[in-house]
Amino acid sequence: MKIRAIALNTFKEAVRNKIFYLLIFFGVFFSFSSKLISMLTIGDTLKILKDVGFASINLFSVLIAIFTGINLVYKEIEKKTVYFILSKPVERRDFILGKFLGLALTMFVALTIMISVFSIFILLLSGTFDPFILLYFIFLFTELLIIISISILFSSFSTPILSSIFTIVLYLIGHVIWTFNEFKYKLINPIEKFFAYFIYYLFPNLEKFNIKGALVMNDPISIKIILSSLAYGIFYISAILLISIHIFKRREF
Amino acid sequence: MNALEIKALSKSFRSNFLYKKTSILKNVDINVNKGSIYGFLGLNGAGKTTTIKCILGLTRPDHGTIRLFGKETGKASDRASIGFLPESPYYYDYLNAKETLALSGKLSSLSNEKIKERTAKIISLVGLDGKEDLLLKKFSKGMLQRVGLAQALINDPDLIILDEPFSGLDPIGRKELRDIILSLKAEGKTIFFSSHILQDMELIVDDIGILMNGKITKEGKLKDLVKKTIKHPVDYSLEDLFLKEIKK
Repeated sequence: MKIRAIALNTFKEAVRNKIFYLLIFFGVFFSFSSKLISMLTIGDTLKILKDVGFASINLFSVLIAIFTGINLVYKEIEKKTVYFILSKPVERRDFILGKFLGLALTMFVALTIMISVFSIFILLLSGTFDPFILLYFIFLFTELLIIISISILFSSFSTPILSSIFTIVLYLIGHVIWTFNEFKYKLINPIEKFFAYFIYYLFPNLEKFNIKGALVMNDPISIKIILSSLAYGIFYISAILLISIHIFKRREF
Repeated sequence: MNALEIKALSKSFRSNFLYKKTSILKNVDINVNKGSIYGFLGLNGAGKTTTIKCILGLTRPDHGTIRLFGKETGKASDRASIGFLPESPYYYDYLNAKETLALSGKLSSLSNEKIKERTAKIISLVGLDGKEDLLLKKFSKGMLQRVGLAQALINDPDLIILDEPFSGLDPIGRKELRDIILSLKAEGKTIFFSSHILQDMELIVDDIGILMNGKITKEGKLKDLVKKTIKHPVDYSLEDLFLKEIKK
């Protein structure tokens, strides 16, 4: 009940912020502008339209996740509203979990709005509904949950500017870290190999959740890949939240 | 049984990784009788807020024990019997007073029915009738102080801790707050509060504790302490006692 109360309050705070709507608006606007871009290019216009549209949704949902995630936890500490919560019979663990779930709900709503509007747009243009959009939704949502958990981790001990930088850097690393997976097989030196393994498993491999290409090209995605990616996401989020709880428990106000 | 019993409480902070620790509290002993009003006095930086944060688990003490109604504290659930009003209250300005109280009640594990019942009673007690649906960002400091007191009382706590509750209140607000504190005492509640406004404190406290440089230098019944310290206590005041104590 306490986690639920904190989560709903976090959600309320996010949706009462005008920036939230502004980012959703831009997400929808740029996904619509994909129609314009597709008209200017040669090739399968529907594929280009989907590609640009999904990329826009991806970009703006990541921006919402990073900035909402960082601000909401840091603001609690900076504005001392955390005293209000933690002076009640509330475990610090519940505070972090409540914040995470509240942000997850916020992202769920934002993503549902953006993807629903874009799906209707595609449906009106092509006359067909692509059910794989639901898979795209699940994969992108899992990626956003990883970003939220990372932003909560950083904002539990750092300033918003540093947390933003750390989270953005980790997001970018997360989309190139898969190269270490290829790289580690080519290394012979055990120390170098260990280092490559360490780096690969330490940072989130966010490319696991990038199915835009497959969706646009109508490539099939195996159940094994779907399940392993989701299991990886759940494991990574759990690990980051446990570290965040540990840090937050030690924090003094 | 004491409502609050603090024994040998010590706390130090490291202001920088390289600097040595600064001692804020040094073996602080406090005894607050059940059903009494306890005034916690001290200059700025004496360690009053740090002591309160230790009681609430916002800060971990280096040494010492804190007992609430005879039971040693340490768990979050121990705070179920406490109501806390922080100094310069900070709340969610996108919520209204009613929503703030509902959140406060849920965090204290109250049922929706109980929250509704307590909200109606407390809104009236703190004088927020007709303002309960206004967003907190439209509230003045004095009004926020009332919301702060209301959220501290939502769970019907046995021990009410108020950190500088009179700051930011006009004379009428101070009088009303004194009356509320006295009415809470009449209900059998224990009130522990820190304040710089000695005149207000003098009018309502039973016991006081003076914290100087992290140590309790005086503790006991206000009248007894004044009689012992001031030679001719005909027109004695808490202010005289406090000034004498800080000049030592």
